[in-house]
Amino acid sequence: MTDGGRRLVYLDHAATTPTRPEVARAMLPYFSERFGNPSSLYALAREAKEAVEEARGRVAAAIGAAPEEVFFTSGGTEADNWAIKGVAAANRKKGDHIVTSSIEHHAVLHPCRALEKQGYRVTYLPVDEFGRVEPGAVEEAITDKTILVSVMAANNEIGTVQPVAAISEIAHDHGVLFHTDAVQAIGAIPVDVDAMGADLLAISAHKFGGPKGTGALYIRRKTRIGTFMDGGAQERGRRAGTENVPGIVGMGRAIELAVGEMPQNAPRLAAMRDRLIRGILDAVPDTRLNGHPTERLANNVNVAFRYVEGESILLMLDALGIAASTGSACTSASLEPSHVLTACGLPPEHAHGSLRLTLGHRNTEEDVDYVLEVLPGIIGRLREISPLTPER
Amino acid sequence: MYSEQVMDHFMNPRNMGEIPDANGVGEVGNPTCGDIMRITLRIEDDRIVDAKFKTFGCAAAIASSSMATELIRGKTLDEALAVTNRAVAEALEGLPPQKLHCSVLAEEGIHKAIDDYRARQGAPEASGG
Repeated sequence: MTDGGRRLVYLDHAATTPTRPEVARAMLPYFSERFGNPSSLYALAREAKEAVEEARGRVAAAIGAAPEEVFFTSGGTEADNWAIKGVAAANRKKGDHIVTSSIEHHAVLHPCRALEKQGYRVTYLPVDEFGRVEPGAVEEAITDKTILVSVMAANNEIGTVQPVAAISEIAHDHGVLFHTDAVQAIGAIPVDVDAMGADLLAISAHKFGGPKGTGALYIRRKTRIGTFMDGGAQERGRRAGTENVPGIVGMGRAIELAVGEMPQNAPRLAAMRDRLIRGILDAVPDTRLNGHPTERLANNVNVAFRYVEGESILLMLDALGIAASTGSACTSASLEPSHVLTACGLPPEHAHGSLRLTLGHRNTEEDVDYVLEVLPGIIGRLREISPLTPER
Repeated sequence: MYSEQVMDHFMNPRNMGEIPDANGVGEVGNPTCGDIMRITLRIEDDRIVDAKFKTFGCAAAIASSSMATELIRGKTLDEALAVTNRAVAEALEGLPPQKLHCSVLAEEGIHKAIDDYRARQGAPEASGG
């Protein structure tokens, strides 16, 4: 890929993916031609309504759900907020305790914090050095006041895949609802609401080749959950607001492509991932892999380089046309390194030197070659500048 | 997000390294926060004849130490002590608000290195380095 002649290697697909051209094409008619409001009665509106329902069917089919269990939202963050706050509000009489993990996305952690301020209690389960939640810890954390267990399907920073089926089974044994943030999972690992035992499941279109601003919450039939957005009767009265018709159409097309291509795509990405990991660890001393060696998303590489800081690595990569991400505090205003890496037991000074490369549909073996060609030199240069680098 | 000056001093840092016969050394910051600067000075006749840095940190931290060492080279100690973090940030054509602490760290590093030099001079058995 090039950007005005400049080489561009995009390796930040966990942040967002390019909307696939066939997805954008499917969306286009719904802006200016078939622009009707699905709630209206004339033919133009019916066209839009049909498109929304067709997309709902595609999303449902992709995750093993019934169409009436899929509710469109403005994205993964809204879906997570709705799941957590909606269950908390509707089950307040039953209990006031939520179990989640310490490595969830902020879209889960911050709603939990908000609920704590309202008097709910939240247990943030620790993870092992690879970022895995121990199902036994869920068992221990559940009390007779627990109303929800929320553990992500796969982590966005380190790519660790969680044993959600085992965790949901424990939750259900205690009559507790199970929610999973599956935002990083679609198209990367099989997502089936029954196999995972999910009562609620959040997804986001722009993580799998769809447009930004569109997501969905799967809600299993008969799940006790409050409304999150009050207003019109859209989404069968459970999520008000005029539907984002082009976005929903795009999401339907994108999830069909992503899940349909997964059998070919995931092994291809995993091979590139493994070549990157091996190549980096072999070429750069004092480097470790973050996350699980095998139970990880096919597209996720996350390594920590000692003695250097992540933002510096990103800027030097950017100067060479490579887009990546880091868990260093220096890219945020908080001055705290990644809560995920810290929860895995990484000391802050190592977490600062972390680099995340997440592969996608368009990446090629040449991209991998290019990263392996330039990255060791960048780390070497920054280590020359660093006072922490030991004399050799 | 960064000015051209910051990017230039980050990509082509001036005075990077360590003076072997330094007679003033200052190390500031801590790895938990993600910034450590080590400033080494060679001071002769109350004047900074050489200044070098090594920095662990973000682009702003590296650029701030590069610029700070540029600003104090050839200056007397009093002149160098008058170089503020604001002067470092201004010479870099500004820093993002959340990165201003990097220029503060550079000022502190210089002060600490000069303090170290003065302590060495004041010490009873000081022998000029």
